[in-house]
Amino acid sequence: MFSQDWIEPLIKMAVVIGAIQGAVAYLVLAERRAAAFFQDRVGPNRVGPFGLLQPIADGLKFILKEELIPSGAHKPIFLLAPVMILASATLAFATVPVGYYFPAILGLKAPIAMTIAPGMDIGLLFVLAVSSLGVYGVILGGWASNSKYSFLGGLRSSAQLVSYELPLGLSLIGAILLSGSLRMETIMDAQAESGWWWVMLQPLGFAVFLISGFAEAARLPFDLPECEQELVAGYHTEYTAMKFGMFAMAEYMHMITVAFMAVIIYFGGWHLWYIAPAIPANEVGLIGALLRIGILQAKVLVLVFFFMWVRWSFPRFRYDQLMAIGWKIMIPLGLVNLLASAVSQEFLAKDAYLAKAVVSWLVLGACFVYGMLNVNPQGAPSQHALAKV
Amino acid sequence: MQANDPNIQWVEEPQLGWTGRMYLTPIIDGLTITLNHFFKAAKGDTFTVQFPEERPKFGNPLIYRGVHRLNKDDEGRVKCVACFMCATACPAHCIDIVGTQSPWEDREKYPQSFVIDELRCIFCGMCEEACPVDAIELTSMFDLTGASREEMIFDKEKLLSVYDQTIAAEPMKSKGGHAAGKGA
Repeated sequence: MFSQDWIEPLIKMAVVIGAIQGAVAYLVLAERRAAAFFQDRVGPNRVGPFGLLQPIADGLKFILKEELIPSGAHKPIFLLAPVMILASATLAFATVPVGYYFPAILGLKAPIAMTIAPGMDIGLLFVLAVSSLGVYGVILGGWASNSKYSFLGGLRSSAQLVSYELPLGLSLIGAILLSGSLRMETIMDAQAESGWWWVMLQPLGFAVFLISGFAEAARLPFDLPECEQELVAGYHTEYTAMKFGMFAMAEYMHMITVAFMAVIIYFGGWHLWYIAPAIPANEVGLIGALLRIGILQAKVLVLVFFFMWVRWSFPRFRYDQLMAIGWKIMIPLGLVNLLASAVSQEFLAKDAYLAKAVVSWLVLGACFVYGMLNVNPQGAPSQHALAKV
Repeated sequence: MQANDPNIQWVEEPQLGWTGRMYLTPIIDGLTITLNHFFKAAKGDTFTVQFPEERPKFGNPLIYRGVHRLNKDDEGRVKCVACFMCATACPAHCIDIVGTQSPWEDREKYPQSFVIDELRCIFCGMCEEACPVDAIELTSMFDLTGASREEMIFDKEKLLSVYDQTIAAEPMKSKGGHAAGKGA
């Protein structure tokens, strides 16, 4: 009666959506504690042991607060915007693998792929496309609020996200060429089988991806859309209660998505030498499956911690600097990386990973030297150098 | 001051090295500094005081200006002689004294009622300086709370009870003054 074919995705959806929502709630707590530690403070530690019940208190507060809709706001769009941004952020997880395979125990017919929509051949494109739909929520929310701060925040955000979409996509092409597929499972398998993580073969691509990822997730030092000193709170200035909570959740989900993508594409996903090597799907045992899920999540958590760490280490960019970095530095670097990896893919053997790594690190070094020669030794890049790039 | 003043020390902005020009070393330096602070705080080395359980430490509680107290002399009587100096000095007009004939021989007057509105008080310490017999003093009690405005109007009994609470930790700042001088 209950076919595994259709009940399995439903269970996976419930688990993933539930886990993501819970993770977002606890990441807010983690970020607050981490922020406090970086500033020599203690952070929220009163609600429950170590403050672990704080997310529940925060959630209750969001639900119980007054919902305000500013006069002159375009009501339907104002209400639609947080739904759109949250829906697009959640939808991106449809093709993101959260592990390898779950073994066919307890009377299951076949091993379960740890993805809601397994085997989607355009997985990576789907994630990029859907997560960039989130900018709709931002610009609509900013426009519908009938507030100049919100509107400016929305405009800035859309300009920023559109600018950094390009280098983000460009930087990924090198890794896609190496894996020979856009399927996220295949990308992880390719790294596991070769024993090389693509970050070693694509250092320049990873650098461009990481910086663009920070900008895509609107994290500091690229959080121009909600730059408090200039814009109050940016596009969600006028949002209150749970509608604001939805914006905040979507932002954290973007951060998790970027971390997942970085781990899957550049850090080998569930692969770890000797501990979790490449094996066929039907040979994974229960312990192996749980181990691979754990390794993938641990890598994601390390990256999320890195996001928080960077947030408290560097100041925000000025808006023109943001645009200059995006268009004058990141896109050329992405193109250089694409050219280098295409050439080495064409002229080197498929499994000549060491040679490909040497080529890519040489290209990175060349870019570095070019940059050093063109930057003003006094610090800030000279207008002359920026104009030349 | 002139720009060519010999006392001015001009600081040259340090030149960035070759790796610094690509922001590589500055980025690593910045990340290292913040990570050191992270581990320092994670070990519990913070400035935060867990307030209700843990009391903050004062440099010197005797010079802190917190809640008032009315000092007692050696015989346990209120030291105040109802001279109105504090009420006159008070810039916030928060002290209200009703003086009456003293039942004791060593002074003419004593306060029948002595009321301080702690909500009006600005904790400037002028009353303490004005007092000729060192009867009114400010203690280091800083966490003054109340559920109503009436509760925050301290009468003589309450001010004397503050003395009883704080005298062990904070001795009287001087033994001088009329009443204490006679008793000693």
